[in-house]
Amino acid sequence: MEHKLTVEALKDGTVIDHIPAGQGRRIAKLLRLSESGQRVYMGFNLPSQRSGKKDLIKVENILLSAEDANQLALYAPDATVNVIENFEVVAKHKLGVPESIAGVLVCPNSNCISHVEPVTSHFSVRSRHGEIRLKCKYCEKAYAKEVFTGLS
Amino acid sequence: MANPLYQKHIISISDLSREELELVVHTAAELKRHPRNDLLKDRVVASCFFEASTRTRLSFETAVQRLGGSVIGFADAGNTSLAKKGETLADSVRIITSYVDAYVMRHPRDGAARLAAECSTKPVINAGDGANQHPTQTLLDLFTLHETQGRLDGLKVAFVGDLKYGRTVHSLVQALSLFGCRFYFIAPPALALPDYLYEELDERHIEYSDHEDIEEVVPELDILYMTRVQKERFEETEFHQVKSRFVLTADTLAHARPNLRVLHPLPRVDEIEIGVDQTPYAYYFQQAENGVYARQALLALVLNETL
Ligand SMILES: [Zn+2]
Repeated sequence: MEHKLTVEALKDGTVIDHIPAGQGRRIAKLLRLSESGQRVYMGFNLPSQRSGKKDLIKVENILLSAEDANQLALYAPDATVNVIENFEVVAKHKLGVPESIAGVLVCPNSNCISHVEPVTSHFSVRSRHGEIRLKCKYCEKAYAKEVFTGLS
Repeated sequence: MANPLYQKHIISISDLSREELELVVHTAAELKRHPRNDLLKDRVVASCFFEASTRTRLSFETAVQRLGGSVIGFADAGNTSLAKKGETLADSVRIITSYVDAYVMRHPRDGAARLAAECSTKPVINAGDGANQHPTQTLLDLFTLHETQGRLDGLKVAFVGDLKYGRTVHSLVQALSLFGCRFYFIAPPALALPDYLYEELDERHIEYSDHEDIEEVVPELDILYMTRVQKERFEETEFHQVKSRFVLTADTLAHARPNLRVLHPLPRVDEIEIGVDQTPYAYYFQQAENGVYARQALLALVLNETL
């Protein structure tokens, strides 16, 4: 009994599963889950048949939209997002690449105006030869997703 | 029908279509032939230089006054209360733009002009934001190319010097690729054009080649665009080697076509020898003068529904 998670039954909320191990914290931050005021359960380094280890997030009372789910695609392209209402899965989002990401990432260009002015960061997302590039609306520089270290 | 640039922000050269670029070029030519002192009558334009750039500022302010408008502003934000009171740029822009009809801004931060546009109900014209964009330099270059060659389509254009850090080169390459120009890139390997620009040219099926030497391509060219190689980018001995290979002399131009023109965004240091000034190919001083006409054209279009 003691190794059973106490959070399995979620009445209303969202389960994000199959997050690559190590990315769970980043995704919780990306979706601002801790600011939401809702209960959030995070599992790190859980056993996974697909990839050995995975992270998992359950959040109560927040029903992620497809566009919300797409924000995950950069860091967890194979994640599954199940939306639950009244103990039933009512939507399974398949992740696509979002068109843009606003207010989450910090521009890697240290001379970018977005660092010193009260603005929301904004990146348009482009996929080129299978590689994803994010272009800052302000400084117009494009970066590979790996370059982004900070989240605002 | 209103011209397509009426009340538009001019932030980045990539915001402008081929037709809009042509409109500015043709309007500049028209204003050079037939000066107009009425197009900015009763208009006030702010010229706000948060970092000094004397040449660009004087060029803009001349353009406004030649068109009959008046200018308010500052040459260097260090001397203003804006810098001292710690107000955000966003707030400064909101206030200044409420006084004027258009807002010209130079700023040391990349992206400052886009931010200003978001805070302004009046057209914002970017006079340079950090290392990012300087669209009026590109417009005056396009005007000069058109003036000297009678067309923009299919020109053979060589770029020499610092092709890595020079935003002037990047913007002009992007703009000219809309006109199917053929490019020759002549730079030391450490200062080669960035990969993303090569990728863009490939996507647009633009023809280009890389060279080590100016002389070998001169006979093919319509335009030879020189830029400054900055000493800070190299070690002392390396710099002298590099410099000698990317300096233009009158001899280098011995086999040039008669229509070839040499351009340079200025200031030059010693990458163009004085001897070139006397050749019929030198056009960099007229190019600088054309900055006033290109800026007049832009201001006139942004502030007049029809001309
Ligand atoms: Zn940026």
